[in-house]
Amino acid sequence: MAERKYDWKAIAKNPKFVELHHRKTVFLFGWWAFSCVYYFLLPIGAAYTPGIFKIKVIGVINFGYVFALSQFVVSWGLALYYAHIANKDFDRLTRELIDELHL
Amino acid sequence: MTMKKIIIAATLALSVAAGACAEEPSKAVGASAQTASAPALLTPSGQVPAAYATPVPVNAAHKRELKANKTVTISMFAVIIGITLCVVIWAARQTKSAADFYAAGGGITGTQNGWAIAGDYMSAASFLGISGLISLYGYDGFMYSVGWLVAYITVLLIVAEPCRNAGKYTLGDILSYRTSPKPVRAFAAISTVAVSTFYLTAQMVGAGKLMALLVGIPYRTSIIGVGILMVGYVVFGGMVATTWVQIIKAGLLMSGAALLSILVMAKAGFNPIAFFDTIVNSPDIQDHVSKMVLRDGVILNGIDAGQRFLEPGLYLKNPLDQISLGMALVLGTAGMPHILMRFFTVPTAQAARKSVIIAMFIIGGFYVLTTLLGFGAAIHLTPQGIISVDKGGNMATLMLAQQMGADIAPIFGDLFLAFLCAVAFATILAVVSGLVLAASAAIAHDIYVNVIKDGHADQHEQVMAARITSFVVGACGIAIGIAAEKQNVAHLVALAFAVAASGNLPVVVMSLFWRKFNTAGVISGLVVGTIAAIGLVMVSPNMTYPKVVAAGAKKVVLVLEKKQASLPAGAVLEEKDAKALAKAKDDAQLDGTSMMGLDKPLFTLKNPGIVSIPLGFLAAIFGCLAFPSRRSEEMFDEVYVRQNTGLGMAKAVEH
Repeated sequence: MAERKYDWKAIAKNPKFVELHHRKTVFLFGWWAFSCVYYFLLPIGAAYTPGIFKIKVIGVINFGYVFALSQFVVSWGLALYYAHIANKDFDRLTRELIDELHL
Repeated sequence: MTMKKIIIAATLALSVAAGACAEEPSKAVGASAQTASAPALLTPSGQVPAAYATPVPVNAAHKRELKANKTVTISMFAVIIGITLCVVIWAARQTKSAADFYAAGGGITGTQNGWAIAGDYMSAASFLGISGLISLYGYDGFMYSVGWLVAYITVLLIVAEPCRNAGKYTLGDILSYRTSPKPVRAFAAISTVAVSTFYLTAQMVGAGKLMALLVGIPYRTSIIGVGILMVGYVVFGGMVATTWVQIIKAGLLMSGAALLSILVMAKAGFNPIAFFDTIVNSPDIQDHVSKMVLRDGVILNGIDAGQRFLEPGLYLKNPLDQISLGMALVLGTAGMPHILMRFFTVPTAQAARKSVIIAMFIIGGFYVLTTLLGFGAAIHLTPQGIISVDKGGNMATLMLAQQMGADIAPIFGDLFLAFLCAVAFATILAVVSGLVLAASAAIAHDIYVNVIKDGHADQHEQVMAARITSFVVGACGIAIGIAAEKQNVAHLVALAFAVAASGNLPVVVMSLFWRKFNTAGVISGLVVGTIAAIGLVMVSPNMTYPKVVAAGAKKVVLVLEKKQASLPAGAVLEEKDAKALAKAKDDAQLDGTSMMGLDKPLFTLKNPGIVSIPLGFLAAIFGCLAFPSRRSEEMFDEVYVRQNTGLGMAKAVEH
């Protein structure tokens, strides 16, 4: 189990790691907070502003239905966006960091 | 090896025998699935207990019944059992080390794991319960389903990859990394077992009632049958078998839902606008909604009533309860031990990421299809017809399958219904197996190997311990399932999520992201979060309060007696009303207090999350600040670099 020893403190101070850590934190917690706010608008809106939910948008389909459906689309969109950013930026930074550490 | 084969054969023989025993008594019962009590699949929120809602008179024209063709259904069950047992035999051959048993040797691909997560997560409540809610309450049923998908954003962004990089087999592995391992593992194991037991109990009771309803297998026999299969999968096949059972189930579930949706949409000419027009213009739905809103003193008729079906507020009436449930889902899914465990089965963080995204598309796609099924059932079977079979609407999807199939040719009706019954059966097996595996991993790996044996156990001993524990956990699951037959277990699923959100999630997140976090924080967070969630439910409206029941029953007695008095002389109440009156009269005599000795609920919400989650977080923060640990702080760099980069990981993959 004990493979090679790493100097964790030094890695944590490596500028590449600091950049990775900073970018990830901002992205992950920012978008997580966004998705929570967007989700809780649904039960809160349905309870306190039912008038808006009743507005018909297409035929008999109302805003409430479209909004609930949009939750799925937003979640999927966010998942794909995260995959895109993670594959492009986070994984690249991680690889560069690992290369720099022990080539 | 021979021994193993004999045991597998014995398991098979036992389950066949269980099926055979079921033949006898069920002949008397008949395969008719007429029932008064809704199986406990869903957590009703802010809803009057169905038994005391003003009885909706069922027009004879709407009365329906659900008859599964027993021969076809049982053969489909046999096919599923056969396929899964082959998987188990194949999986048992490759399960040699502890890493194989708990994490499938890290050899599951991202795509496979995505399907397995979906299979692990979507229970019979998702499959039958949510479409039933939509068929009876329209929009609110759909709104209810949203939180179950959004929950995966937390899993994707916060826990999946760090857990893959920092963990090994269990929740205890993640939490004990920079803390005192023994106490932390012990508490993590207790919490895992608690969450799994609540969830498992709800699933087992649901399984028993469902099987009784679908194919007339008696409750106990179904529980024992399901239990034997579940123990067989986990004990012999470990994570490999469990994963494949879940993948097979997810595939079956998605094909069933997609096929049924296509049939429903074909009736509307694949035009969504026309589909929704039919809902609004259906006289039966209009009538159903009129009666529902009348209970709240609102008069709505005709097309307005039809439109109301697409608006919120018919089912979910307490917004705080909804928000509380939403919090438990959004944070609890990411703290569910059986979900966390799935991330240890993939080799890299990239695969973990991919698996969550695939799972999100499957789960979300399934809920979108569920809307079509729910509304389709309301159109083609009428809400009145659905209620006449099951008050909670849990049979709506199955009835719809039979109807849609029979519209093509009668034999298709039977086949399609049998297929969906088999899907429900596979669904139950997949979910309970995942739970048993998670609970046994916590006991065998955390408590036995790491606390009792100090981590000094060879592979053979570890696998043996895991197998014995799974057997015992499974046997306990069967016993609890049988004991809880008459209990109201609907709130246990929500409770499992609330405990995971209040106890597990705060400490997982802080272990991974907060430098100062330490042993005291883990323990106080786990203990306070778990106890707060359980305690609040114990004093919530989920419990039975005899005095409250009696008060409700008295009102029903008044209404029905008035109705009786208004009847012309000589006429008697309909049989259904007379029965309701007799039951209400009985209940009106009830007196006493709830399990906690209370006359009425102390905490008015059914979902404790809104209070217990902040408590869990605060307790974790205070606990850790009160007893700072230098070692934990110094080790943070290691944990943080590991969880971000995956350096030094690869324990489960060495192989």
